[in-house]
Amino acid sequence: MKMNRVAILTLAAIPLVLTGCSTAASSDSASGTTLSYGLWDANQAPAYKQCAADFHKANPDITVKVEQLGWDDYWNKINTGFVSGENYDVFTSHLANFPEFMLNKQILPLDDYIKADGVDLKGYQPGLADLWKGDDGKQYGLPKDFDTIAMFYNKQLTDAAGLTADQLATLDWNPTDGGTYEKAIAHLTVDKNGVRGDEAGFDKANVATYGLWMENSGGSDGQTQWSFLAHTTGWDETNGAWGDKYNFDDPKFQSTIDWWYSLVEKGYMPSFEAQTGIGWSDQLTAGKVAMASNGSWMTGAVFGATSDTFTPAIAPTPVGPSGKRASMFNGLADNISATTKHPDQSWKWVKYLGSVECQSVVAKAAVVFPAIPAATDEAIAAFTAKGIDVSAFTTQVADGTTFLYSITDHRSDVSALVTPAMEAIMSGKAKASSLTAVNDQVNALFK
Amino acid sequence: MTITERKTSLHRDIAPQPTVRKGRRDSQLRAAILFLIPASIGFVVFFAWPAVRGLYLSFTDYNLLRPPTFIGFDNYLAIWSDPVFWNSLKVTLQYVVMNVGVQTVAALGLAVLMQRFTRSMVVRGVIMLPYLIANVIVALVWFWLCDYNLGIINAALDFFGLDKVGFFGNQDIAMGTIAMVNVWRHLGYTSLLLFAGLQAIPKDVYEAAEVDGAGEWRVFRSVTLPLLRPVLAFVLVVTVVGSFQIFDTIAVTTGGGPIDATRAINYYIYQRAFERLDFGYASALAVILMIILAGVALLQNKLLRANESDLER
Repeated sequence: MKMNRVAILTLAAIPLVLTGCSTAASSDSASGTTLSYGLWDANQAPAYKQCAADFHKANPDITVKVEQLGWDDYWNKINTGFVSGENYDVFTSHLANFPEFMLNKQILPLDDYIKADGVDLKGYQPGLADLWKGDDGKQYGLPKDFDTIAMFYNKQLTDAAGLTADQLATLDWNPTDGGTYEKAIAHLTVDKNGVRGDEAGFDKANVATYGLWMENSGGSDGQTQWSFLAHTTGWDETNGAWGDKYNFDDPKFQSTIDWWYSLVEKGYMPSFEAQTGIGWSDQLTAGKVAMASNGSWMTGAVFGATSDTFTPAIAPTPVGPSGKRASMFNGLADNISATTKHPDQSWKWVKYLGSVECQSVVAKAAVVFPAIPAATDEAIAAFTAKGIDVSAFTTQVADGTTFLYSITDHRSDVSALVTPAMEAIMSGKAKASSLTAVNDQVNALFK
Repeated sequence: MTITERKTSLHRDIAPQPTVRKGRRDSQLRAAILFLIPASIGFVVFFAWPAVRGLYLSFTDYNLLRPPTFIGFDNYLAIWSDPVFWNSLKVTLQYVVMNVGVQTVAALGLAVLMQRFTRSMVVRGVIMLPYLIANVIVALVWFWLCDYNLGIINAALDFFGLDKVGFFGNQDIAMGTIAMVNVWRHLGYTSLLLFAGLQAIPKDVYEAAEVDGAGEWRVFRSVTLPLLRPVLAFVLVVTVVGSFQIFDTIAVTTGGGPIDATRAINYYIYQRAFERLDFGYASALAVILMIILAGVALLQNKLLRANESDLER
């Protein structure tokens, strides 16, 4: 999951309040083992604390202490914990960090355990288990949840524009003229005088409501910004899992980015300058933008902001030149730290975390989609019970239109090189063709 | 005066047992050591040892997860040809000039106003207020106030028919905005320091200047400024060194962007170390920053003759 900086900071403040009342290790199990378990998402902490309690009931000799920290502190603690040896026994891991941990042998492979206990990796939503396979072919994590991308929109603004939910669910896109996707975005854009983006006399210098939000440049993965468009052109970010070659020089990718920036020039999307500041979900709530692409993990936050002027709804991403939609398919898993003194007990806990028992508890919280299909359905039902139709997210899984987050070595270096270049493009200081030179620098990292 | 002096020197001459004095010096030394221990522990554990280790790490390839390997000056050579490093020096310097320049002039003005017109504790307290708010909060609040679409500042600009400004999102303005946010926060503190310096200037020199018929500006230039110099030098050294290490405001708002416009050296060090797990490279950057800061502080002290006052003649 990726969140914008402000959201992270806001979330980071929550644990300061929460840790005060977090679990104290139960004393009755002094003879047994106590495991520490870490996660960063405050929204999911209650569900996992419930899992820990249930787990303890089934395994009275193992107690799990659940700790939740804000994103930045969380990773700093884990990184330094590897060195000091004082780390979580088991922690929620992210694909952005997984390669570094795996290549430096800081997390334990699970293959022997998986074989011994007969865990079926095919029991998860297809593809998710592969995300956690190292470049040595070993399995390092059991998937527990997944996220996909869709368009959040303000139904009041789309109604005013005369766009129905059906129309929004069947938009198509291409990098040449943007297709009906661009037409919808143009029509949703309204200037200060009430003139729409596709009408004569539209004043692009004074836009009151943008059709689409940018949310920074997307950096090197564009997870919520451009990856769902670029992949419909047949583009792949790298040459496969654990690849050693990036494809930012591909004309298919560059034309996608050039089209994306053209929305700024047309006034349909805020410029990089105009979108730096308060995050996209608040801009959507405030009516400054009609539609924004983002991940399923934001569902709770967006629908929690429902007000007299904001009626949230979700549409799937547009169909591209391939004739299909596309969405990055990303998921979390639990890793066992190599510093643990209780690998066997840790495995028991990891197995439990990825089991139907725990994942249906998580599903009922209606925060994320569990990786086990049965629990996924439970989560969909829980969202529906809250009045939220999440089919725009799950249709990508049902139709098999997902692609996996690109795992490679040097991920953070790639991001450090590509992000400033993408920001230059989205600030209008460079063309997407400038990425060809950056791509050479990126690929040089692997030599 | 002279008599007592002679008496003591007499005493010293005829002091019969030098061993006693030696003993007393020893006991003083022991007491001194006792008092110095707590501070030295802190100094050694939290400063000296990390500094030495940082210096060592700067000569290694170290990603935190594997033991460091010695690579000599490779990090320094890589930094020499790293455009992001040179850019970070440039933008840091821009920040320091804007931040310290505006802050010092404004603080001096404020301090003089305070000295001339008010002794009120309330006014002094109010001036200090922004400094009492945590840096991160200050940065966040300004970030939101300055938002292009929802911020009150741009709403006001729009109301008066002016163009909106992307205070944090415009490559040419972002560093200036961050500098001004920190001027806002530190102004009161700096002006209080200068105010204290102003109060130490004896009244009679002002009276003398008045008798000589010096005007307000002349008094400021020829009396206030020269006599304030040691305090001003101290304030400048502290603010320049502090300003070079700008980090939190950037981390909370722009994250080094747009493009590289606010990727100040300290933030770049952080990113190299904690985002890219390149602790050797980051340590080398930190060593370079330390050398720069030591040089700047030394130069300032020399130029401003900080350790002598024009009052002592």
